[in-house]
Formats: sequence, structure tokens, C-alpha cells
Amino acid sequence: MASETKGPNRPLSPHLQIYKPQLTSMLSITHRLTGLALAVGTLVLVWWIGAVAAGPEALDDVNDFLSSWLGILLMAGWSYALFYHLLNGIRHLFWDMGAGLELKAAYASGWAVVAGSILLTVIAWAMALGNVGS
Amino acid sequence: MARTPLGRVRGLGSAKEGTHHWWMQRVTAIALVPLTLWFVVSVIGLVGKPYAAVAGWIGNPIVSVFLILMVIATFYHAWLGIQVVVEDYVHAKAVKITSLLLVKFLCFVLAAASIYSILLISLSG
Repeated sequence: MASETKGPNRPLSPHLQIYKPQLTSMLSITHRLTGLALAVGTLVLVWWIGAVAAGPEALDDVNDFLSSWLGILLMAGWSYALFYHLLNGIRHLFWDMGAGLELKAAYASGWAVVAGSILLTVIAWAMALGNVGS
Repeated sequence: MARTPLGRVRGLGSAKEGTHHWWMQRVTAIALVPLTLWFVVSVIGLVGKPYAAVAGWIGNPIVSVFLILMVIATFYHAWLGIQVVVEDYVHAKAVKITSLLLVKFLCFVLAAASIYSILLISLSG
């Protein structure tokens, strides 16, 4: 079957490992990876809401986990993943409207996503830690 | 391959659903921009607060409604996104179909569990 449907013997484009990593391609795969990570992170969201429904003791268990070193590490990762996926998602929506597709604009928005996601993560944690102290 | 006139009018490709998957990914994405920003800001405000404050926030009627909408948009968006990833990287047919079903079921279970919890908090408060 495969040989019957095979077209003329055209040259193949070089595979992924031939290309030099570029900002645009790295941001693209990071969008997928952060999306997958956030999908896993929804488990904590469901656990948290379920715990509030179950009562104060259940919520204490969630808070104990989230304030452990593993919990803080995971929340740091998920918060960055959220801001990254949010900002880069907005970048994708502009592309869907046909805006910002030129090379220069795509790089500028790419760096803006990198800087913006770090900045928003730092601001969010500064606000959250400020509330712990108060 | 050329489309038949009927096929062109219907505007649907070989998957028989046209751009529906692509479009719903965007619709849920647009909905999630304000919803997640509101959620993150709100949750940061709840950090360090006692149980009653957290339950009171979730149980507020307006908050409950928007949380349910956020949950629906989140799991719809996650399901569509993971589906594309599975279709891109998993090629063994049995594994592919099993993973797609598991992802879909899991997204529905998690969404239903979240919505049930929100309603419990809201209606008991």
C-alpha cells in the first residue's frame, strides 16, 4: 500500500537536529511543554477545590503540601508555566489574526514573552509572600 | 485532491469537523485570559487567609459561576491541546486511541469533580 501511494522521490528537508536552535522554535516547544505541565497542575487545582469542599482539615493537608519544599518548587514551576503559556498564547492569538508574523516582530514579541513571564512570576510571588507575612 | 461542489459548500475536511477543533481551542484560550488572571490575583489574595475566607470566596455566587466557567474552559482547552500533542507524537494506533480516550475521560472527570466541589461549597455556605 505504502509503495503505491508514495510520490516521486523528492528531496527531504533536513531533520530537527540539523537546525540551530532559534528563539522562535524554542518558544514554540516551550509553549507545548508548559501546556502539558499546566494540565498536570490542574490536579492540584481540583485537589484544592475538593479540599475546601471537604472541610478545614482537608485544606490544611493541601496547604501543608504546598508550603513544603516540593510544593513550593512545583508551584514556582507552575506559576511560571502559567504566565508563559498565557503571554505566549496571546502572542499566538495575534498571529491567528495575521498580526506580528514578520521575523522582526516575531522575535520582539518572543523576547517580550520571556521578559514578561519572568516579571509576572516575580511580582506574583512577591505579592503572595507579602500576604504570608501579614 | 479536488473537493466536490457539495464538499466545498460544507467546508469540512477529511475529519468531518472543519475548523471546529482549531476554533474551540481559540475560543477557550480567549475566555481563559481574563479568567485565569482573575483567578491568580484572587488566589494570591487568599494566601495566608483562614479556611472561612477561602470557602467564603469560592462560595460567593458570582465567584462560583465564574470558577465553574474557568473550570470548563480549562479542561476543554487542556483536552484539545493534549489531543493535538498525542496526535503529533503517538503513532501506534492502539496506543494513540487509548491515550486520546483516557485524556478525554480524565478531563471530564476532573471538570465534573471541580464543578461538584464548587457547588457543594456554594450551596452549603
